[in-house]
Amino acid sequence: MHFKGKAHKVGDHIDTDAIIPARFLVTTDPEELGRNCMAGLEENWVSRINKGDILLGGKNFGCGSSREHAPIAILGAGIPVVVAHSFARIFYRNGFNMGLVLLEVGDEISRLSDGDELEIKALEGKIINHTTGDTVNSLPVPEFMADILAKGGLINYVREKAA
Amino acid sequence: MGKNLAEKILQKHSPEEIKKPGQIIPCRVSLVLANDITAPLAVDSFRKMQAPRVFDADKIALVCDHFTPNKDIASAEQVQKVRRFAREMNITHYYEGGNVGVEHALLPELGLVGPGDVVVGADSHTCTYGGLGAFATGMGSTDIAAAMALGETWFKIPETIRVNMNGSLDEFTTSKDLILNLIGRIKVDGALYRALEFAGDTLAELDAEARMTMANMAIEAGGKAGLFPVDQVTLDYCREHGRLGDDLLEPDGQAGYCMQVDMQVSGMPPQIACPHLPDNVAGVDDLGEIKVDQVVLGSCTNGRISDLRQAAHILKDRKVDKNVRFIVLPATPKIYAQALEEGLLEIFLKAGGIIGPPTCGPCLGGHMGILASGETCLATTNRNFKGRMGSLESKVYLGSPYVAASTAVAGRIIHPARV
Repeated sequence: MHFKGKAHKVGDHIDTDAIIPARFLVTTDPEELGRNCMAGLEENWVSRINKGDILLGGKNFGCGSSREHAPIAILGAGIPVVVAHSFARIFYRNGFNMGLVLLEVGDEISRLSDGDELEIKALEGKIINHTTGDTVNSLPVPEFMADILAKGGLINYVREKAA
Repeated sequence: MGKNLAEKILQKHSPEEIKKPGQIIPCRVSLVLANDITAPLAVDSFRKMQAPRVFDADKIALVCDHFTPNKDIASAEQVQKVRRFAREMNITHYYEGGNVGVEHALLPELGLVGPGDVVVGADSHTCTYGGLGAFATGMGSTDIAAAMALGETWFKIPETIRVNMNGSLDEFTTSKDLILNLIGRIKVDGALYRALEFAGDTLAELDAEARMTMANMAIEAGGKAGLFPVDQVTLDYCREHGRLGDDLLEPDGQAGYCMQVDMQVSGMPPQIACPHLPDNVAGVDDLGEIKVDQVVLGSCTNGRISDLRQAAHILKDRKVDKNVRFIVLPATPKIYAQALEEGLLEIFLKAGGIIGPPTCGPCLGGHMGILASGETCLATTNRNFKGRMGSLESKVYLGSPYVAASTAVAGRIIHPARV
């Protein structure tokens, strides 16, 4: 749960059609979805991403369609963590279920900029900005969701329960 | 302290006593839904969970409505995957061919969802069933796979915003205009993590279909659910669609709300959501001249028989502008047959419209009405995100069936009273 990478910032209300347009939803393959990550925002957006880079979102990140392909596309693009002002509800749940780390920071998001070099200690909720020397704290992960993460994700949780 | 609608319904399905918003509860589900886009991922997750079977083969609905009739090889193979799973698990409610309709129009019509139910669907517009007094909400495919395996899920009890609507609807103002107006006021994240609960004397003017149109778009304000009380109108609708034993349902007198929104309905003109968010809303007369290349009438928001009737009322003995493609997609086969019988399809055809099969198709830029760069569409659908219906350089405006029809005739967005 320790990440280091370059930040890529997007705006408020980034919807899941922007994250992965419907025309790409004819597959469930993470790599293929990853190649088209953010294609609804800008063509070829993904070409700027190096594996391990970090996505910065504004308000209500992931609003709209419930497509789980959205967190899968972000992971498929090589991005393990999203830091945002706030997340849309369905996306937030999906992110955890898929193993994408989501950190909510509210207005503090303004202290993180496109291109910043960030280091993230997810369990401590610490986002260290090596470009500015600043540190931003995230809201704690809800206890119940941390439990699901601790049990290895929802799939493992159900596997135990359904057995 | 009394309970609001969300709390009352969830309490009926949970062994834990609901005390306050924010509390996390386990909850039994009445029905679990997925479609041809989300079910393939749910099937993958279900396999990984190694559940031997689904919790109840009668309580799962798999509706292949998004890219059907299959638009290409890849989508055909996705449907094939869902079909094989449905057969293997003996799923009763599998829909793909001549029985398929847009899921949120189809399930209420089949009597599969109704008052007091808890419904989870791998589709964000699952909230539609709140129009019938069900707590219904969208989730991702893996949450849905878990619900398919266990028959239960978990919820955080949402805070509730109470929306009081009073007054009488003008001649060409519909429930679509009410929900667009509300989203314009509270914005696309105004109900984030919250439920909307509708109340007020205007409810008496809204039939079950009109209520489902409003509940459908709760998600466009970020809402977890959009709930209507269950009155005689709801019960009549449900009985007509084969359900028995439903009961009236109202919030308790001393229920808790995080916010109250008052809407004066009288005098409200038709509302339009402008590109590129559903909260960018203006009255139809305040837009200036906006020419359109395409009009879409259909979807889980406005593809029901009452919607087609409204559009036909305007289009009768009129012609669609020669520069406009007017696409009509009745949301289910039953609606299609009813529209045929009532002569509505003839009105659309004679006007120069294109009638397609029940499908979500163009709403999400899937097929059957994709926009080129520079093109503009007025649609009765629910989202106008950038690129939603095709090119990133296209534009989508959202409005009611009346406005769709008048816009198709005029070739520009116009008040239905002015064509």
